[in-house]
Amino acid sequence: MNESSRGEVEFTLDGRSVKAREGETIHAACRSAGIDTPTLCWAENLTPVNVCRVCVVEVEGARVLAPSCSRKVEAGMVVHTDSPRVRSSRKLVLELLGSSVDMSLSTDFADYAKRYGAEPGRFGPRAQPSAAGVRESALPGHHEVGDGTRAATVGQPTKVDNDLFVRDYDKCMLCYKCVEACGSDAQNTFAIAVAGRGFDARIATEHETPLPDSACVFCGNCVGVCPTGALMFKAEHDLREAGKWDESKQTETDTICSYCGVGCVLTLRVQDNKIVRVTSPSDSSVTGGHLCVKGRFGFKFVEESPRAP
Amino acid sequence: MEEAQVILLWGSNARETHPIFFHHVLKAVRRGAKLYVIDPRRTPTAEWSEGWAGLDVGTDIALANGVGRAILDAGLENRKFIANATEGFDAYRATLERYDVERVSTITRVDAELICRMARDFASAERAMICWTLGITEHHNAVDNVLSLINLALLTGHVGKWGSGLNPLRGQNNVQGGGDMGALPHKLTGFQDVEDDVLRSRFEAVWGCKIPPKNGWHLTEMFAAMGRRELTALYVIGENPAQSEADSTHALHCLEGLEHLIVQDIVMTKTAEMADVVLPASASWCESEGTVTNSERRVQRVRRALNPPGSARDDIEILCDLSSRLGYDMKARTPEALWDELRTLSPMHGGMSYPRLEALGGIQWPCPDESSVGSPFLHGRLWETPVRGPRAAFHPAEDEGPVDKLTSEFPLRLTTGRRLDSYNTGVQSGSFAWPMERRETVGIFPSDAARLGLRDGERVRVVSRRGSIEAPVRLDDRLKPGLVFMTMHFPDEVDTNLLTIDATDPRSGTAEFKAAAIRVEKVG
Repeated sequence: MNESSRGEVEFTLDGRSVKAREGETIHAACRSAGIDTPTLCWAENLTPVNVCRVCVVEVEGARVLAPSCSRKVEAGMVVHTDSPRVRSSRKLVLELLGSSVDMSLSTDFADYAKRYGAEPGRFGPRAQPSAAGVRESALPGHHEVGDGTRAATVGQPTKVDNDLFVRDYDKCMLCYKCVEACGSDAQNTFAIAVAGRGFDARIATEHETPLPDSACVFCGNCVGVCPTGALMFKAEHDLREAGKWDESKQTETDTICSYCGVGCVLTLRVQDNKIVRVTSPSDSSVTGGHLCVKGRFGFKFVEESPRAP
Repeated sequence: MEEAQVILLWGSNARETHPIFFHHVLKAVRRGAKLYVIDPRRTPTAEWSEGWAGLDVGTDIALANGVGRAILDAGLENRKFIANATEGFDAYRATLERYDVERVSTITRVDAELICRMARDFASAERAMICWTLGITEHHNAVDNVLSLINLALLTGHVGKWGSGLNPLRGQNNVQGGGDMGALPHKLTGFQDVEDDVLRSRFEAVWGCKIPPKNGWHLTEMFAAMGRRELTALYVIGENPAQSEADSTHALHCLEGLEHLIVQDIVMTKTAEMADVVLPASASWCESEGTVTNSERRVQRVRRALNPPGSARDDIEILCDLSSRLGYDMKARTPEALWDELRTLSPMHGGMSYPRLEALGGIQWPCPDESSVGSPFLHGRLWETPVRGPRAAFHPAEDEGPVDKLTSEFPLRLTTGRRLDSYNTGVQSGSFAWPMERRETVGIFPSDAARLGLRDGERVRVVSRRGSIEAPVRLDDRLKPGLVFMTMHFPDEVDTNLLTIDATDPRSGTAEFKAAAIRVEKVG
């Protein structure tokens, strides 16, 4: 069915009567109506998984708050996006996330925390990160009860097992974007999934093997969709570690990949005349925001090979 | 693509060689499209398919004719389309008489039931597409291979419609654009014939000079002319023929015999090392402004993100300066100004201003004027009644095996191709840190290896009628008995093209990289 043949539905959004396309989500209708609904796990090029719970709205007559990213509008629905209940829920979700996950590289998170007055520090200072391998070997239900002075975190050492990208799961908020991009939304490689339950849940390769031993094909599409910097290109990671990452000196330029004939749009982020990050616009009709290993990582020849004299 | 109901990927390992195109194929598959993969190897692409037709190398025409015959036998041809829009059907049907499915199954070693199922699904779909890559075109009868696929589209009317059609997947980021721009021996910009006096005179009027009125040589003819010492000076821009040509011993011999070789490239390739003059160029995709054309005919902007190193200069500047020194003053102009001149000469690019290319995310030609948003598919005219313009012709093609025959001395079939992480001769892809093992191997089917007493990883010698190389064995059960696979990605380590044959289709100029006869020997 094409878009124009769909019907329209009328519903009430924050006291206004608005029209939306049948089958459209509340989140999309909010965007059309100029209402900025916060979200951390939604992306236009991925299927909504409604896990971050930051986008929840109140639907009159419903028992629980609804994730606006996946709840579809219905005729006559009455939706509140800024009610006290919604604000309180968003605030608490942001506080829990901010206390247990290092959200320092998410500018959206900082904006939302400010907007909703979230105070992630109120659960106490962050506990020490786990040693390597501890989170992976946690058994279901086996948790020491905290003493209430420190906030439990998902922290663990950064995994550096290849030269293309690193995994810093201290920054992972379990938004599933990487799993979706690696899976049926784009790459269909299925190298990663969520393992464990509850607070032990984490993104894992099969049997926690290092990436080079997993099914990973190093397209970096997981890195491309990661909203928190948990997945990061090695080049960027190294610059940040060395204190040399400087966004004020960076430019972004769209061009076309130099490999096969598909014509993928590349956004080259450049610092000091070096490419430091390669992404693709999620609204590109060619790529849908996704690339392969050559386009994503195969640029070193312009910088490192001995160039023709 | 995503709305096709049946997709035939023929001689294409798109999962590895066109990964982002394959994302679109997978979207179609997830919507219920049936994917058939025709490839001698059970590639990662084939693993996503409804049916893998693992034909013998070089039997594509027999298989295509068998599919055509099965469509006719089932009465599933599109009679209305054939009558309205095509010509030559009777001759095609007569040719198919000799390609009954049982015989085709014997020639190709593809199961007869699979041939019939593929034929039935393809013909009865509302929207079906055939995509192919070098598995079709790197043969001595490449043009016949392509024609045999076009015949299937004409037989079923799967052409000139949304979600249908014939789609050669381009292997390089601007190979389509090179053709569009007239980097062909018989065409001016926009595929206008060099030998057409009227068309040529339009260019001459704008450029203020005479253009040689005769078609030039294509690459393979150029090498032949070098061999005859008729072509004595060569100017190579962004190509590495010392390593990329089939039968590289012969290619090197030709290049060495030149009186003068100029290479304009971004890196010191093997070809550049042989040159009398090397002109260092900027990398077109990230150090220059301009356009490229992708496989779907989409003209797209490339932009300068980096400053080129050292004395490297933009290709346009180099060419303009060179021309001026040779006595024709090509005043240096911006890429956009040159593009705007081109738009006045090439009707299919007329409406593609830089601002419109930017705003529309690229435009698919033809786009004759600024009211056009381009053309998502071609040949829609074939659905007009009566058809406008010439009818589309069936071109019967006959099965003809590879030139390099299998004998007791050379009993195995070597085919070559790309891998996911690498690209062509490795000039570009060799530079990044692929985390998995990366080296040339000789892929061989386990039963062949057992017969030859070879272990996985053991170094072997591979010998063809033209040369020999050494490399480690990799047991690969995705191959078939008798089939050996190598890439061309690591020529400094293992020069696979010492083995390949330069038997060439005279019409396309493409060599038969896909089919060499070899033997594999233990070393020492």
